Amino acid sequence: MIVRVAALAAALSAAACALPAGAQERTPPLDKLQSGAAFLSPELRAQQLDDFANPGMLWVERGAKLWAAPAGASGRSCADCHGDARASMKGVAAGHPLVDRGSGRLVNVTDRILECRTERQGAPRPASESNEVLALGAFVAHQSRGVPVAVTIDGPARTHFESGRALYTRRVGQMNLACTQCHDANWGKTLFSERISQGHPNAYPAYRLEWQTLGSLERRIRACLSGVRAEMLPYGAPEYRDLELFLMWRAAGLAIETPGLRR
Amino acid sequence: MASRIQVPAEARRGELVEIRVLIQHPMETGYRTDDTGRRIARNTIRTVTCRYEGVEVFRADLSSGIAANPYLQFTTVAEASGTLEFEWVDDAGVQESARHSIQVTG
Amino acid sequence: MRRRHFLVGVGAAMLLPQSALAQASPVDELIRAATHGAPARKARVKLDLPVLADNGNSVVMKVRVESPMSAADHVRSIRLLSERNPVQEMVTFHLGPRAGRAEIASRVRLAGSQNVVAVAEMSDGTFWFDVANVIVTLSACIDES
Repeated sequence: MIVRVAALAAALSAAACALPAGAQERTPPLDKLQSGAAFLSPELRAQQLDDFANPGMLWVERGAKLWAAPAGASGRSCADCHGDARASMKGVAAGHPLVDRGSGRLVNVTDRILECRTERQGAPRPASESNEVLALGAFVAHQSRGVPVAVTIDGPARTHFESGRALYTRRVGQMNLACTQCHDANWGKTLFSERISQGHPNAYPAYRLEWQTLGSLERRIRACLSGVRAEMLPYGAPEYRDLELFLMWRAAGLAIETPGLRR
Repeated sequence: MASRIQVPAEARRGELVEIRVLIQHPMETGYRTDDTGRRIARNTIRTVTCRYEGVEVFRADLSSGIAANPYLQFTTVAEASGTLEFEWVDDAGVQESARHSIQVTG
Repeated sequence: MRRRHFLVGVGAAMLLPQSALAQASPVDELIRAATHGAPARKARVKLDLPVLADNGNSVVMKVRVESPMSAADHVRSIRLLSERNPVQEMVTFHLGPRAGRAEIASRVRLAGSQNVVAVAEMSDGTFWFDVANVIVTLSACIDES
Protein backbone atom coordinates (compact mmCIF):
# COMPACT_ATOMS: atom_id res chain seq x y z
CA MET A 1 0.00 0.00 0.00
CA ILE A 2 2.88 2.37 0.78
CA VAL A 3 4.41 1.70 -2.63
CA ARG A 4 1.07 2.36 -4.32
CA VAL A 5 0.59 5.67 -2.51
CA ALA A 6 4.14 6.82 -3.21
CA ALA A 7 3.84 5.91 -6.90
CA LEU A 8 0.51 7.70 -7.17
CA ALA A 9 1.93 10.79 -5.50
CA ALA A 10 4.89 10.76 -7.86
CA ALA A 11 2.66 10.41 -10.89
CA LEU A 12 0.36 13.22 -9.84
CA SER A 13 3.04 15.68 -8.90
CA ALA A 14 5.12 14.99 -11.98
CA ALA A 15 2.73 16.61 -14.44
CA ALA A 16 -0.57 18.40 -14.70
CA CYS A 17 -3.07 15.65 -14.29
CA ALA A 18 -6.78 15.67 -15.01
CA LEU A 19 -7.75 13.28 -12.22
CA PRO A 20 -10.85 14.54 -10.40
CA ALA A 21 -10.50 15.12 -6.64
CA GLY A 22 -12.56 12.06 -5.72
CA ALA A 23 -10.18 9.75 -7.55
CA GLN A 24 -7.33 10.29 -5.06
CA GLU A 25 -6.68 7.25 -3.02
CA ARG A 26 -7.59 7.87 0.60
CA THR A 27 -5.60 6.28 3.37
CA PRO A 28 -7.35 5.39 5.60
CA PRO A 29 -10.58 5.12 3.56
CA LEU A 30 -13.38 7.42 4.72
CA ASP A 31 -15.30 4.63 6.43
CA LYS A 32 -12.24 3.65 8.49
CA LEU A 33 -11.44 7.09 9.88
CA GLN A 34 -10.97 7.30 13.64
CA SER A 35 -10.13 10.39 15.64
CA GLY A 36 -7.12 10.34 17.95
CA ALA A 37 -9.56 10.16 20.84
CA ALA A 38 -10.25 6.54 19.88
CA PHE A 39 -6.63 5.69 20.70
CA LEU A 40 -6.67 7.17 24.20
CA SER A 41 -7.09 5.24 27.42
CA PRO A 42 -10.64 5.33 28.86
CA GLU A 43 -9.42 7.72 31.61
CA LEU A 44 -8.04 10.20 29.13
CA ARG A 45 -11.01 9.94 26.81
CA ALA A 46 -13.35 10.65 29.73
CA GLN A 47 -11.19 13.61 30.71
CA GLN A 48 -11.38 15.08 27.22
CA LEU A 49 -15.15 14.75 27.18
CA ASP A 50 -15.47 16.41 30.58
CA ASP A 51 -15.74 20.10 29.72
CA PHE A 52 -14.82 21.11 33.23
CA ALA A 53 -11.85 18.83 33.83
CA ASN A 54 -10.39 19.10 30.30
CA PRO A 55 -7.37 21.40 30.90
CA GLY A 56 -7.60 22.67 27.31
CA MET A 57 -10.79 24.45 28.31
CA LEU A 58 -8.71 26.86 30.40
CA TRP A 59 -7.38 28.22 27.11
CA VAL A 60 -10.81 28.23 25.49
CA GLU A 61 -12.12 30.31 28.39
CA ARG A 62 -9.18 32.66 28.20
CA GLY A 63 -9.80 32.90 24.45
CA ALA A 64 -13.39 33.94 25.10
CA LYS A 65 -12.16 36.79 27.31
CA LEU A 66 -9.55 37.85 24.76
CA TRP A 67 -12.22 37.79 22.04
CA ALA A 68 -14.12 40.46 23.89
CA ALA A 69 -11.14 42.58 24.92
CA PRO A 70 -9.95 45.62 22.91
CA ALA A 71 -6.48 45.11 21.49
CA GLY A 72 -3.74 47.15 19.91
CA ALA A 73 -3.78 50.72 18.66
CA SER A 74 -7.21 50.18 17.13
CA GLY A 75 -8.83 49.68 20.52
CA ARG A 76 -11.06 47.14 18.83
CA SER A 77 -11.82 43.66 20.05
CA CYS A 78 -12.41 40.61 17.87
CA ALA A 79 -16.08 40.91 18.82
CA ASP A 80 -16.30 44.43 17.43
CA CYS A 81 -15.86 43.06 13.90
CA HIS A 82 -16.90 39.42 14.28
CA GLY A 83 -19.69 39.69 16.81
CA ASP A 84 -20.71 36.55 18.66
CA ALA A 85 -18.10 33.91 17.87
CA ARG A 86 -20.61 31.11 18.34
CA ALA A 87 -22.25 32.26 15.13
CA SER A 88 -19.48 33.93 13.16
CA MET A 89 -16.74 31.36 13.84
CA LYS A 90 -18.85 28.24 13.55
CA GLY A 91 -17.38 26.02 10.84
CA VAL A 92 -14.36 28.26 10.30
CA ALA A 93 -11.75 25.92 11.77
CA ALA A 94 -13.32 22.98 9.93
CA GLY A 95 -12.67 24.69 6.61
CA HIS A 96 -9.09 25.86 7.17
CA PRO A 97 -6.41 25.95 5.89
CA LEU A 98 -7.50 27.64 2.69
CA VAL A 99 -6.04 29.96 0.08
CA ASP A 100 -6.69 33.53 1.08
CA ARG A 101 -8.20 35.38 -1.87
CA GLY A 102 -6.40 38.61 -1.06
CA SER A 103 -2.86 37.39 -0.51
CA GLY A 104 -3.02 34.12 -2.47
CA ARG A 105 -1.32 32.40 0.47
CA LEU A 106 -2.44 29.21 2.15
CA VAL A 107 -3.48 30.24 5.64
CA ASN A 108 -4.74 28.50 8.76
CA VAL A 109 -6.70 29.88 11.72
CA THR A 110 -3.53 30.96 13.53
CA ASP A 111 -2.44 32.97 10.49
CA ARG A 112 -5.85 34.67 10.49
CA ILE A 113 -5.50 35.59 14.14
CA LEU A 114 -1.99 36.94 13.67
CA GLU A 115 -3.12 38.95 10.65
CA CYS A 116 -6.05 40.45 12.51
CA ARG A 117 -3.88 41.32 15.50
CA THR A 118 -1.24 43.07 13.40
CA GLU A 119 -3.11 44.45 10.38
CA ARG A 120 -6.52 45.25 11.79
CA GLN A 121 -6.03 45.74 15.49
CA GLY A 122 -2.62 47.39 15.25
CA ALA A 123 -1.05 45.22 17.91
CA PRO A 124 2.53 43.96 17.91
CA ARG A 125 2.78 40.51 16.39
CA PRO A 126 2.51 37.88 19.12
CA ALA A 127 4.39 34.56 18.87
CA SER A 128 2.27 31.88 17.20
CA GLU A 129 2.80 29.54 20.15
CA SER A 130 2.14 32.20 22.82
CA ASN A 131 -0.65 31.57 25.29
CA GLU A 132 -2.55 34.52 23.81
CA VAL A 133 -2.60 33.10 20.30
CA LEU A 134 -3.19 29.55 21.52
CA ALA A 135 -6.13 30.73 23.61
CA LEU A 136 -7.73 32.58 20.70
CA GLY A 137 -6.99 29.67 18.36
CA ALA A 138 -8.51 27.17 20.78
CA PHE A 139 -11.54 29.40 21.31
CA VAL A 140 -12.14 29.84 17.57
CA ALA A 141 -11.65 26.15 16.77
CA HIS A 142 -13.89 25.23 19.71
CA GLN A 143 -16.76 27.04 17.95
CA SER A 144 -16.46 24.34 15.29
CA ARG A 145 -16.65 21.49 17.77
CA GLY A 146 -18.82 18.80 16.25
CA VAL A 147 -18.57 20.28 12.74
CA PRO A 148 -17.14 17.82 10.20
CA VAL A 149 -13.78 18.66 8.68
CA ALA A 150 -14.26 19.90 5.10
CA VAL A 151 -11.45 21.66 3.26
CA THR A 152 -11.19 22.37 -0.42
CA ILE A 153 -8.24 21.13 -2.45
CA ASP A 154 -9.41 22.47 -5.82
CA GLY A 155 -8.19 25.50 -7.71
CA PRO A 156 -5.30 27.39 -6.09
CA ALA A 157 -5.25 24.89 -3.21
CA ARG A 158 -4.31 22.04 -5.53
CA THR A 159 -0.54 22.62 -5.61
CA HIS A 160 -0.47 22.98 -1.81
CA PHE A 161 -2.38 19.73 -1.46
CA GLU A 162 0.04 17.86 -3.74
CA SER A 163 2.98 19.32 -1.87
CA GLY A 164 1.40 18.28 1.43
CA ARG A 165 0.83 14.75 0.25
CA ALA A 166 4.42 14.50 -1.00
CA LEU A 167 5.62 15.59 2.44
CA TYR A 168 3.36 13.02 4.09
CA THR A 169 4.85 10.17 2.08
CA ARG A 170 8.49 11.26 2.07
CA ARG A 171 10.91 9.47 4.38
CA VAL A 172 12.82 11.86 6.64
CA GLY A 173 15.22 11.86 9.55
CA GLN A 174 17.76 9.50 10.97
CA MET A 175 15.03 6.92 11.30
CA ASN A 176 14.13 7.41 7.66
CA LEU A 177 10.40 7.30 8.27
CA ALA A 178 7.48 8.89 6.47
CA CYS A 179 4.22 9.84 8.22
CA THR A 180 2.39 7.21 6.21
CA GLN A 181 4.46 4.39 7.65
CA CYS A 182 3.18 4.92 11.18
CA HIS A 183 -0.19 6.50 10.54
CA ASP A 184 -1.39 4.49 7.53
CA ALA A 185 0.46 1.19 7.70
CA ASN A 186 0.62 0.77 11.48
CA TRP A 187 -2.16 2.72 13.15
CA GLY A 188 -3.76 0.75 15.96
CA LYS A 189 -0.56 -1.14 16.66
CA THR A 190 1.53 -0.54 19.74
CA LEU A 191 4.82 1.33 19.81
CA PHE A 192 6.32 0.79 23.27
CA SER A 193 3.13 1.09 25.28
CA GLU A 194 1.42 3.66 23.07
CA ARG A 195 -1.13 2.88 20.41
CA ILE A 196 -0.35 4.63 17.16
CA SER A 197 -3.20 6.86 16.00
CA GLN A 198 -4.15 7.67 12.43
CA GLY A 199 -2.56 11.10 12.86
CA HIS A 200 -5.56 13.35 12.31
CA PRO A 201 -5.52 17.10 13.07
CA ASN A 202 -9.17 17.49 14.12
CA ALA A 203 -8.51 18.06 17.84
CA TYR A 204 -5.93 20.82 17.60
CA PRO A 205 -4.97 23.05 19.33
CA ALA A 206 -4.77 20.27 21.88
CA TYR A 207 -3.56 19.81 25.44
CA ARG A 208 -0.75 17.31 25.32
CA LEU A 209 0.32 15.59 28.54
CA GLU A 210 3.84 15.42 27.11
CA TRP A 211 3.93 19.24 26.90
CA GLN A 212 1.91 19.82 30.07
CA THR A 213 0.23 22.59 28.14
CA LEU A 214 -1.88 23.35 25.09
CA GLY A 215 -0.11 23.44 21.74
CA SER A 216 -0.73 23.85 18.03
CA LEU A 217 -0.72 21.36 15.19
CA GLU A 218 2.58 22.85 14.07
CA ARG A 219 4.11 21.99 17.41
CA ARG A 220 2.74 18.46 17.13
CA ILE A 221 4.23 17.97 13.69
CA ARG A 222 7.56 19.33 14.98
CA ALA A 223 7.36 16.69 17.71
CA CYS A 224 6.93 13.98 15.07
CA LEU A 225 9.92 15.33 13.15
CA SER A 226 11.91 15.29 16.37
CA GLY A 227 10.66 11.76 16.98
CA VAL A 228 12.14 10.45 13.73
CA ARG A 229 15.28 12.56 14.31
CA ALA A 230 14.61 14.86 11.42
CA GLU A 231 15.31 18.57 11.36
CA MET A 232 12.39 20.49 12.81
CA LEU A 233 11.39 23.21 10.37
CA PRO A 234 10.87 26.60 12.02
CA TYR A 235 7.38 27.73 13.02
CA GLY A 236 5.56 29.29 10.10
CA ALA A 237 7.33 27.19 7.45
CA PRO A 238 5.07 26.73 4.39
CA GLU A 239 5.61 22.98 4.60
CA TYR A 240 3.52 22.90 7.77
CA ARG A 241 0.64 24.63 5.99
CA ASP A 242 0.79 22.30 2.99
CA LEU A 243 0.91 19.28 5.26
CA GLU A 244 -1.97 20.65 7.34
CA LEU A 245 -4.10 20.99 4.21
CA PHE A 246 -3.34 17.41 3.24
CA LEU A 247 -4.07 16.15 6.76
CA MET A 248 -7.37 18.00 6.91
CA TRP A 249 -8.38 16.58 3.52
CA ARG A 250 -7.43 13.13 4.78
CA ALA A 251 -9.59 13.66 7.87
CA ALA A 252 -12.68 14.70 5.88
CA GLY A 253 -15.85 14.07 7.83
CA LEU A 254 -14.24 13.71 11.27
CA ALA A 255 -15.71 16.14 13.76
CA ILE A 256 -13.59 18.96 15.15
CA GLU A 257 -12.91 18.18 18.83
CA THR A 258 -10.90 21.16 20.00
CA PRO A 259 -9.66 21.29 22.67
CA GLY A 260 -8.41 17.72 22.35
CA LEU A 261 -6.55 15.89 25.09
CA ARG A 262 -3.63 13.82 23.90
CA ARG A 263 -0.61 12.05 25.32
CA MET B 1 -3.77 32.48 36.84
CA ALA B 2 -6.94 31.48 35.06
CA SER B 3 -9.10 29.14 37.07
CA ARG B 4 -12.41 27.35 36.87
CA ILE B 5 -14.43 26.47 39.91
CA GLN B 6 -17.60 24.46 39.87
CA VAL B 7 -19.95 24.83 42.82
CA PRO B 8 -23.66 24.12 42.49
CA ALA B 9 -25.70 27.27 42.79
CA GLU B 10 -28.24 25.58 45.05
CA ALA B 11 -28.40 22.65 47.43
CA ARG B 12 -30.65 21.26 50.14
CA ARG B 13 -29.48 21.55 53.72
CA GLY B 14 -27.40 18.55 54.68
CA GLU B 15 -26.86 17.54 51.07
CA LEU B 16 -23.39 16.55 49.92
CA VAL B 17 -22.08 19.09 47.45
CA GLU B 18 -19.35 18.28 44.94
CA ILE B 19 -16.76 20.97 44.28
CA ARG B 20 -14.32 20.96 41.39
CA VAL B 21 -11.36 23.27 40.94
CA LEU B 22 -9.05 23.61 37.93
CA ILE B 23 -6.25 26.16 38.09
CA GLN B 24 -4.03 27.14 35.19
CA HIS B 25 -0.52 26.79 36.59
CA PRO B 26 2.61 25.10 35.22
CA MET B 27 3.47 23.49 38.59
CA GLU B 28 7.08 23.85 37.54
CA THR B 29 9.01 21.09 39.28
CA GLY B 30 12.39 22.73 39.39
CA TYR B 31 13.95 19.72 37.68
CA ARG B 32 13.48 20.82 34.10
CA THR B 33 16.05 22.70 32.07
CA ASP B 34 15.47 25.17 29.29
CA ASP B 35 17.08 24.78 25.88
CA THR B 36 20.26 26.52 27.03
CA GLY B 37 20.63 23.91 29.76
CA ARG B 38 19.69 26.28 32.59
CA ARG B 39 17.45 24.91 35.30
CA ILE B 40 13.94 26.34 35.32
CA ALA B 41 13.15 27.49 38.85
CA ARG B 42 10.59 25.56 40.85
CA ASN B 43 7.20 27.19 41.07
CA THR B 44 4.31 25.12 42.29
CA ILE B 45 1.06 26.00 43.99
CA ARG B 46 1.67 25.35 47.68
CA THR B 47 -1.77 25.46 49.21
CA VAL B 48 -5.35 25.49 48.02
CA THR B 49 -7.93 26.34 50.66
CA CYS B 50 -11.70 26.36 50.63
CA ARG B 51 -13.55 28.30 53.31
CA TYR B 52 -17.29 28.08 53.72
CA GLU B 53 -18.60 31.21 55.41
CA GLY B 54 -15.14 31.73 56.86
CA VAL B 55 -14.63 28.18 58.12
CA GLU B 56 -11.96 26.08 56.41
CA VAL B 57 -13.64 22.96 55.03
CA PHE B 58 -10.84 21.76 52.78
CA ARG B 59 -7.14 22.34 52.37
CA ALA B 60 -4.61 20.73 50.06
CA ASP B 61 -0.85 21.07 50.47
CA LEU B 62 0.47 20.44 46.98
CA SER B 63 3.92 19.71 45.63
CA SER B 64 5.55 19.04 42.27
CA GLY B 65 3.86 15.64 42.50
CA ILE B 66 0.60 17.20 41.38
CA ALA B 67 0.20 17.55 37.62
CA ALA B 68 0.37 20.89 35.80
CA ASN B 69 -2.90 22.81 35.70
CA PRO B 70 -3.95 21.20 38.98
CA TYR B 71 -7.37 19.65 39.28
CA LEU B 72 -9.07 19.01 42.60
CA GLN B 73 -12.43 17.44 43.29
CA PHE B 74 -13.79 17.20 46.83
CA THR B 75 -17.03 17.49 48.78
CA THR B 76 -18.58 19.57 51.50
CA VAL B 77 -21.92 19.47 53.27
CA ALA B 78 -24.41 22.21 52.39
CA GLU B 79 -25.01 23.86 55.76
CA ALA B 80 -26.25 27.38 55.12
CA SER B 81 -26.53 29.85 52.27
CA GLY B 82 -23.41 31.87 51.89
CA THR B 83 -20.05 32.23 50.25
CA LEU B 84 -17.39 29.69 49.48
CA GLU B 85 -14.03 31.34 49.22
CA PHE B 86 -11.19 29.63 47.40
CA GLU B 87 -7.64 30.75 47.87
CA TRP B 88 -4.33 29.51 46.56
CA VAL B 89 -0.73 30.63 46.71
CA ASP B 90 2.35 29.49 44.82
CA ASP B 91 6.11 29.38 45.46
CA ALA B 92 6.52 32.78 43.81
CA GLY B 93 4.14 34.22 46.38
CA VAL B 94 1.38 34.88 43.88
CA GLN B 95 -1.91 34.57 45.73
CA GLU B 96 -5.33 34.39 44.13
CA SER B 97 -8.83 33.85 45.30
CA ALA B 98 -12.31 33.34 43.98
CA ARG B 99 -15.73 33.42 45.57
CA HIS B 100 -18.84 31.44 44.80
CA SER B 101 -22.24 31.74 46.41
CA ILE B 102 -24.40 28.84 47.34
CA GLN B 103 -28.10 28.95 48.14
CA VAL B 104 -29.10 26.36 50.71
CA THR B 105 -32.77 25.57 51.06
CA GLY B 106 -34.67 23.58 53.65
CA MET C 1 5.62 -6.50 41.30
CA ARG C 2 3.56 -6.17 44.46
CA ARG C 3 4.95 -7.47 47.69
CA ARG C 4 2.67 -9.32 49.98
CA HIS C 5 2.09 -7.74 53.33
CA PHE C 6 1.24 -9.98 56.22
CA LEU C 7 -0.62 -8.73 59.23
CA VAL C 8 1.00 -9.76 62.47
CA GLY C 9 -1.77 -8.93 64.90
CA VAL C 10 -2.15 -9.52 68.59
CA GLY C 11 -5.66 -9.04 69.85
CA ALA C 12 -6.94 -5.60 69.03
CA ALA C 13 -3.50 -4.20 68.33
CA MET C 14 -2.77 -3.00 64.81
CA LEU C 15 0.78 -3.48 63.76
CA LEU C 16 2.78 -2.35 60.77
CA PRO C 17 2.60 -5.12 58.13
CA GLN C 18 5.96 -6.67 57.39
CA SER C 19 7.08 -7.58 53.91
CA ALA C 20 7.65 -11.25 53.15
CA LEU C 21 11.36 -10.56 52.78
CA ALA C 22 11.53 -9.32 56.37
CA GLN C 23 13.31 -6.11 55.43
CA ALA C 24 11.70 -2.68 55.27
CA SER C 25 10.52 -2.02 51.71
CA PRO C 26 10.31 1.57 50.53
CA VAL C 27 6.55 1.35 50.98
CA ASP C 28 6.95 0.45 54.66
CA GLU C 29 9.37 3.32 55.11
CA LEU C 30 6.99 5.75 53.46
CA ILE C 31 4.20 4.68 55.77
CA ARG C 32 6.42 4.87 58.84
CA ALA C 33 7.55 8.38 57.90
CA ALA C 34 3.95 9.50 57.40
CA THR C 35 2.76 8.08 60.72
CA HIS C 36 5.94 9.01 62.65
CA GLY C 37 6.40 5.36 63.47
CA ALA C 38 2.84 4.71 64.61
CA PRO C 39 1.26 1.51 63.26
CA ALA C 40 -0.94 1.61 60.17
CA ARG C 41 -3.42 -0.89 58.81
CA LYS C 42 -4.15 -1.67 55.18
CA ALA C 43 -7.90 -1.15 55.19
CA ARG C 44 -10.62 1.48 54.77
CA VAL C 45 -8.54 3.43 52.25
CA LYS C 46 -9.00 2.89 48.52
CA LEU C 47 -6.44 4.47 46.20
CA ASP C 48 -7.42 4.37 42.52
CA LEU C 49 -4.68 4.82 39.95
CA PRO C 50 -4.50 3.28 36.47
CA VAL C 51 -2.39 0.15 36.16
CA LEU C 52 -0.71 1.68 33.11
CA ALA C 53 -0.35 5.45 32.98
CA ASP C 54 -0.77 7.26 29.65
CA ASN C 55 1.98 9.66 30.58
CA GLY C 56 3.76 10.24 33.89
CA ASN C 57 3.07 13.97 33.63
CA SER C 58 -0.61 13.58 34.46
CA VAL C 59 -2.14 10.49 36.02
CA VAL C 60 -5.76 10.46 37.17
CA MET C 61 -6.00 9.70 40.90
CA LYS C 62 -8.92 9.11 43.20
CA VAL C 63 -8.70 8.31 46.91
CA ARG C 64 -11.59 7.31 49.20
CA VAL C 65 -11.66 6.53 52.90
CA GLU C 66 -14.52 4.73 54.62
CA SER C 67 -15.59 6.97 57.46
CA PRO C 68 -18.84 8.37 58.87
CA MET C 69 -17.21 11.83 58.75
CA SER C 70 -19.00 12.80 61.93
CA ALA C 71 -17.64 15.18 64.55
CA ALA C 72 -16.69 12.18 66.66
CA ASP C 73 -15.27 10.01 63.91
CA HIS C 74 -13.78 11.45 60.75
CA VAL C 75 -10.72 11.60 58.51
CA ARG C 76 -8.31 14.35 59.54
CA SER C 77 -5.97 14.05 56.62
CA ILE C 78 -4.99 11.94 53.63
CA ARG C 79 -1.39 11.97 52.42
CA LEU C 80 -0.15 10.64 49.13
CA LEU C 81 3.42 9.36 49.10
CA SER C 82 5.59 8.38 46.18
CA GLU C 83 8.21 5.66 46.14
CA ARG C 84 10.27 7.15 43.35
CA ASN C 85 9.42 10.81 42.82
CA PRO C 86 12.13 13.29 43.81
CA VAL C 87 9.62 14.72 46.27
CA GLN C 88 8.12 11.85 48.28
CA GLU C 89 5.22 13.75 49.82
CA MET C 90 3.03 14.37 46.84
CA VAL C 91 0.06 16.02 48.50
CA THR C 92 -1.75 16.22 51.82
CA PHE C 93 -5.48 16.74 51.92
CA HIS C 94 -6.88 18.17 55.17
CA LEU C 95 -10.48 17.23 55.76
CA GLY C 96 -12.90 17.17 58.68
CA PRO C 97 -16.56 16.51 59.42
CA ARG C 98 -17.60 19.39 57.11
CA ALA C 99 -16.37 17.32 54.14
CA GLY C 100 -19.27 14.91 54.43
CA ARG C 101 -17.34 12.27 52.57
CA ALA C 102 -13.61 11.50 52.39
CA GLU C 103 -13.25 11.26 48.63
CA ILE C 104 -10.86 13.31 46.58
CA ALA C 105 -9.86 13.24 42.92
CA SER C 106 -6.87 14.91 41.34
CA ARG C 107 -4.13 14.34 38.79
CA VAL C 108 -0.63 13.43 39.91
CA ARG C 109 2.84 13.28 38.40
CA LEU C 110 4.76 10.04 38.54
CA ALA C 111 8.46 9.85 37.80
CA GLY C 112 8.53 6.28 36.55
CA SER C 113 6.84 3.02 37.47
CA GLN C 114 6.32 2.76 41.21
CA ASN C 115 4.12 2.21 44.22
CA VAL C 116 2.05 5.09 45.50
CA VAL C 117 0.80 5.02 49.08
CA ALA C 118 -2.20 6.83 50.54
CA VAL C 119 -2.13 7.20 54.34
CA ALA C 120 -5.21 8.42 56.19
CA GLU C 121 -5.11 9.80 59.71
CA MET C 122 -8.37 9.55 61.64
CA SER C 123 -9.72 11.79 64.34
CA ASP C 124 -8.96 9.05 66.88
CA GLY C 125 -5.30 9.14 65.93
CA THR C 126 -5.23 5.83 64.06
CA PHE C 127 -3.63 5.40 60.64
CA TRP C 128 -4.90 3.44 57.64
CA PHE C 129 -3.41 3.01 54.18
CA ASP C 130 -3.61 1.62 50.67
CA VAL C 131 -0.95 1.03 48.03
CA ALA C 132 -1.32 1.21 44.25
CA ASN C 133 1.23 0.16 41.69
CA VAL C 134 1.47 2.13 38.46
CA ILE C 135 3.48 1.31 35.36
CA VAL C 136 4.78 4.47 33.75
CA THR C 137 6.56 3.99 30.44
CA LEU C 138 8.68 6.39 28.48
CA SER C 139 7.07 8.18 25.59
CA ALA C 140 7.46 6.24 22.34
CA CYS C 141 8.91 9.17 20.42
CA ILE C 142 11.32 11.78 21.72
CA ASP C 143 9.60 15.15 21.70
CA GLU C 144 11.86 18.16 21.62
CA SER C 145 9.26 20.46 20.08
